[in-house]
Amino acid sequence: MSQTNRIAGGLIDRSQTLNFSFDGKTYQGHAGDTLASALIANGVRLMGRSFKYHRPRGPLTAGSEEPNALVELRSGARQEPNTRATVAELFDGLTARSQNHVGPLSFDLLAVNDLLSPFFAAGFYYKTFMWPKAFWEKLYEPIIRRAAGLGSLTMQADPDTYDKGFLHCDVLIIGAGPAGLAAALTAGRAGAEVILADEDFLLGGRLNSETLALGDQTGAEWARTTLAELASLPNVRIMARTTVIGAFDHGIYGALERVSDHLPEPLPGKPRQTLWRIYARRSLLCAGATERPIAFENNDRPGIMLGGALRSYANRWAAVPGEKVAIFTNNDDGHRTAADLIAKGVKVAAVIDSRADAPRIADCELLAGAVVTGSTGRLGLRFVKTRTADGRERMIECQALGVSGGWNPNVHLTCHQRGRPQWNAALAAFVPGGTLPPGMLVAGAANGVMSTAGALASGAEAAVATLADLGRKAKPADLPQAEDAPVQITPLFHVPGKGRAWVDQQNDVTVKDVKLAHQEGYISVEHLKRYTTLGMATDQGKTSNIGGLAVMAEMTGKSIPETGTTIFRPPYTPVPIAAFAGRSAGRDFRPTRLTPSHHWAAEQGAVFVEVGMWLRAQWFPREGETTWRQSVDREVLATRKSVGICDVTTLGKIDVQGSDAADFLNRIYANPFAKLPVGKVRYGLMLREDGMVMDDGTTARLAEDHFVLTTTTANAVGVYRHMEFCRQCLWPDMDVQIISTTEAWAQYSVAGPNARKLLQKIVDPAFDISNEAFPYMGCGDITVCGGLRARLFRISFSGELAFEIAVPTRYGDALMRRMVEAGREFDAVVYGTEALGVMRIEKGHAAGNELNGTTTALNLGMGGMVNKKKDSIGSTLSEREGMNRADALNLVGFRPVNPADTFAAGSHLIARDAVANAANDQGYLTSVAFSPNLGHTIGLGLLKNGAARKGEVLRAVNPVQNSETLVEVVSAHFIDPEGDRLRA
Amino acid sequence: MHDLASLTPLGGKTPKTDQIGAIGITEVTTTALASVSCRMGKAQAFATAATALFGGPLPGPGQSTKGDPYGVIWTGPEQWFAEAPFDSHEDIAKTLKAGLGDTASVTEQTDGWVRFDVSGATVVDLLERLCPVPARQMQTGAATRTVVEHMGCLVICRAAGAQFSILAPRSYAASLHHALVTAARSIA
Repeated sequence: MSQTNRIAGGLIDRSQTLNFSFDGKTYQGHAGDTLASALIANGVRLMGRSFKYHRPRGPLTAGSEEPNALVELRSGARQEPNTRATVAELFDGLTARSQNHVGPLSFDLLAVNDLLSPFFAAGFYYKTFMWPKAFWEKLYEPIIRRAAGLGSLTMQADPDTYDKGFLHCDVLIIGAGPAGLAAALTAGRAGAEVILADEDFLLGGRLNSETLALGDQTGAEWARTTLAELASLPNVRIMARTTVIGAFDHGIYGALERVSDHLPEPLPGKPRQTLWRIYARRSLLCAGATERPIAFENNDRPGIMLGGALRSYANRWAAVPGEKVAIFTNNDDGHRTAADLIAKGVKVAAVIDSRADAPRIADCELLAGAVVTGSTGRLGLRFVKTRTADGRERMIECQALGVSGGWNPNVHLTCHQRGRPQWNAALAAFVPGGTLPPGMLVAGAANGVMSTAGALASGAEAAVATLADLGRKAKPADLPQAEDAPVQITPLFHVPGKGRAWVDQQNDVTVKDVKLAHQEGYISVEHLKRYTTLGMATDQGKTSNIGGLAVMAEMTGKSIPETGTTIFRPPYTPVPIAAFAGRSAGRDFRPTRLTPSHHWAAEQGAVFVEVGMWLRAQWFPREGETTWRQSVDREVLATRKSVGICDVTTLGKIDVQGSDAADFLNRIYANPFAKLPVGKVRYGLMLREDGMVMDDGTTARLAEDHFVLTTTTANAVGVYRHMEFCRQCLWPDMDVQIISTTEAWAQYSVAGPNARKLLQKIVDPAFDISNEAFPYMGCGDITVCGGLRARLFRISFSGELAFEIAVPTRYGDALMRRMVEAGREFDAVVYGTEALGVMRIEKGHAAGNELNGTTTALNLGMGGMVNKKKDSIGSTLSEREGMNRADALNLVGFRPVNPADTFAAGSHLIARDAVANAANDQGYLTSVAFSPNLGHTIGLGLLKNGAARKGEVLRAVNPVQNSETLVEVVSAHFIDPEGDRLRA
Repeated sequence: MHDLASLTPLGGKTPKTDQIGAIGITEVTTTALASVSCRMGKAQAFATAATALFGGPLPGPGQSTKGDPYGVIWTGPEQWFAEAPFDSHEDIAKTLKAGLGDTASVTEQTDGWVRFDVSGATVVDLLERLCPVPARQMQTGAATRTVVEHMGCLVICRAAGAQFSILAPRSYAASLHHALVTAARSIA
C-alpha cells in the first residue's frame, strides 16, 4: 500500500505523483516532497546507519541541519554520497540508497561495532591503533575507513557542469522566512536592489511548517502572496534553492544555487549548480533558528525527531512517521507540535514536559516534571521510557517522538569574520554578538526574536535601518497580525542516565564521550571538537554543538558562556568541489592561447606543446618520420644548412616610450642601454633586487623615445608587472609609459644561411636588408608584400644569420604561408620549439632552464654585463660575497667521452673517483639535447669554477634513473663559437 | 597595397557570429585600436591636443566616449584606448601620434585584442556568469577592466542592458569565445 503515513492537507501537489526508489524498492510521492518526507509518508523511518557504530537511524530534522538521513542519491556517474534526504527534492525516477552498512540496511553486519562500543570511545584511534606503527596506514586505517565511511564515490568523472556568477545588490537578504519576507517587502517597495536568497525550494521558512495565522491568511498563504508581490518588483531578485554559504571580505557573500538538483539531470547546456559571488552593499541575515534535541539514552532511534520537524512533516508535507506520537519538551513550543498533530487527527500519547510547572496547551495527556529516559524498538521507535514527576517509570507506546529542546538562532554567518555569539539566558541560546561582518544586520529568529510577529517586525525594521544607512528613506511594510508568544523555556540538554545518550548523531558522540574528553583534559571547546569529532562532518554540529557545550559546562561547573562558544566557518552547508571549480575543469581548467600561425601549423599536423597557456608547435612531422627525433633533427639540420622559420610570437613584447625611456631601461637592465643607437637591438640581462637573474631578452630602439623590449615567454607577465612596479612605485617621476604589445604583432624568426635571401622575397625592395645596410643587431620599420607595415630585427637565438620579422597579427597566418612558399626554392623548413631548443643549446644560449631563479649573471658567464658605472636593480646585491666565490657555478658545455653515450638534464656532476653524494656535488646539467650537427648528445650545465675546468672529465650521475655517464667539460658554444654565422 | 589576407582572431576569413537564445555574439574585426598615454608633465598640452583630436574631452575612470571617427575608452591612470573604423584608420597609431605629438605615447593595439560584441535581452544575465562587473547597473559608455574565466578583459557598455563589447588579448580568442558560448547556452 502506498503512502500509508500520508495525511490530509500539506503544501504538496497531489496532482503530480512521482515514482522513486530507495534501496531498490519503489515508492510514490508527490511534487513538493523531499526524499525524507516521501519516505516518511510511505512509512519508512529507517534511512541509514550511523557513522561509527552503524546504529539504525532515521531523520532527526526536516532541513539542511540533518545529521542522520544521509543517502547516496542518483546512480552511475551522478551518484552523490552524503546527500541529506531532508533537502533532496523529490523528482520522478529518483533513486537513492542508504549508506554505511554491509548487508541490508535492516541487518547491517557492521552493527557489531555497536556491541564493541566500549572500544570505540572518543579518541579511540589515537590510543588503540598506535602500534605497530606500520600497521596504521596499511591495516588499521583502511579497515576503519571501510567501517566508518560516509557513503561511497563512483570513481567516475562528474558528467555535469557548474557555473559561477557574480551579482551586485544594495541589500542581500539571507533567508525568506517571516523576517526575510518582511525585510524584502520593505526594501523592495523602497526601490532598493534586493536579492532574497533561501536554501529551500519553497520560500517562506517556518511559515510553511506552522499553522499560525498571519492576519486572515495562513502563514504559507501570506508567504505566497508576499513572494508574488516581490516577484513583480524589477528591483528584487528572488533566489530559491540558493544557500548563502559564507560572509567574506568587503561585503562579498558566496551563494550556491542548486539549479538542476531537482531534475533527473540538468537540461542540455545547463549547469547543475551555480556558485554566485554576491557583492552586497548591506546584508540582512534572516536565517531563522534550528531546533536542538535533548539527549537521553537511546535517543537516536528512527522515529525520534525534533518537534519542529514533526510539525514540518505534518503541516507542510502531510506525512507523519507513526500513528501514535509522543512529545518531549522543555519549553512551550513543544506543545505546539502536539496541538498541530491532534488537529491533524494524529494520536498524541502524551506531552512529556521536563518543567514541573508545564502549561497545558494541547488536548492530550500532560506529564509535567517528567523526562524521557530511554526508548525501545530495534529498527524504529516502539516505546519511550519515561520517569514521571513522582519518580516512577512509565513506558509509553509511540512510533514517533517529537523532541523540543529549544531553538538556536542561526548565527553562523555572523561568525564568519570572527564575530562571537553571546549567550542569551532567557532563550537559553547564543545570539549574534561581537563584531558582525561589516554591513550586516540580523533580524528575526536568527537574532533571537522568536515569535512570528516579532520576526516580521524586526525584519521590516532592519530593512528600514539598513536603507537609512545607505541614505535611502523607507517605511516598514504593513504587516499582518501574528502570533507573539514569548519564549518559555527551562534549559535541559540531557537526561542523566547510565546508557548512551547521543549528543552528536552524525559523529556518534555521546554524553559520555564529552565527559571522557573532560576527564582527559580536553576542556576547551576546540579541543572537545577535535577529540570527540563533535560538530564535524556535513552538518557541522548544527543540532549538537550547544548540547556538547552544555555537557562540558556541567562537568566544569561553569556556565555555558564561561565554558565557551561555538563559532562557525564557511560554508554553511556542504558545497561540491565542482562548484568551486565552475567551468575551470578538464581542458577548460585554464584558457589556451593560440599563436598567429596556429591554424597553419595544425593543418601541417604539428605536434603542440603547452608553454604556460600557449600552445606552441613542438615539431612538424613529415611523412615517413616515425619518431620525434627524426623530425627535430631534420628541422635543425635544414635550418643550419639553408633556412628555417619559427613562430616566436609568444615572447613577451613590451612597448616602452617616454622621454625617460632609455634611463628607465638603464635602471631595470644590468647592462647599459642609454647609448643604444636608434635602429639597433641589444641583449639585456634583468636582475632581481637580490642580484639573481630575473629574465633576459632583446630590446630594440625604434626612436629616441621608443623601445620595444622582449621577454622570455614564461616571464612575459612577470617582467611586465615588475616594470609597472618600477614605473609606478620606484620612480614615479620618470616620464615612461609601457604597454604590452605581445599579441599585436605576429613575429617569426627566419634563421639560416639563406634567411636573407628568403626575406628579400618578402621585404619590399625599398628596404635594403643586406649585411651592410642591415647589420647584425639592426632593426627598423619596413614594409612587406607590397606595403604592409612591419618590423624587422636582426637577432639570432639559433646562432645562424637570422632575422625576426613582425607584422600585425591578422596578417600573421598569410605571412607564414607566404614565407613557406618563398622558401620552397631554399628547401626552407618551419621548426618547432624542440628544434629551437636544440639550436640554442648548440649555440650555448641560456634559457628558462638556466634562468631558473637560482642563477646569477656570474653563474651564466655574463658577470661582466653587470655594469658598475651606473646603478641598476640587483647590481649592488649581486656583489654579495657568497655570490662571488671563486668556486661559483659557471655555465659550461658537456659532451660524452664516448660519443655513443647519452645523459640527462638534471644529472649531477661528480668527480670521477668521488662518491656520488651531496657533499661531492660539483654542479648539475641544466639543458641536454642530441645535436644532429655533432652527432652526439650535448649539454649545458652549471659547474663549480667551470670556466677554468675545460677538458676535465666528470661523471654525470642520475640517481633517479640509476645511470651515469663520463662527460668532458667543454665550451658552452658548440656551434660557431666565433659568431661568424650570425654576422654573415 | 599589400596582398596578404587577414584572418580573424578566431581564425576565420570572416568574423564569426552566434545566436544562442536571446544572445547574439559577434566577433568584431572592423575596429582599429591604439593606446594613448599622457606623458609626464604634459597633462595640459595633452588634454588640449586630445580634445581637439577626439572632438571632446577624454573620458574619466570607468567611462568611454563615442565620437566620429574616434571612440575613447579610459583604461588606466593617464591611459586611454582610442578606437576608429579599421578601413579608414588601419594605421591609427601613426595618425594619433601625429595629432598628439610628444604629449603622448601611442602604441598600436588593433591586433593585440579580440573583440566580441554581445547583445540581447538577457545579455546582463550572460555577463553575470562571466565577470564581476556590475553589468546591470552599467550605463551606456561605462567601461572597465575585469577578468573573464582567468582572462584579463575590457568590458564596454555600448547600450545599457542591451549591448556590450568584451575585449581580451587576441591569443585568447578561442577560449573567450568558448566561455561566451557556454555561458549563453547556460542561460538560453
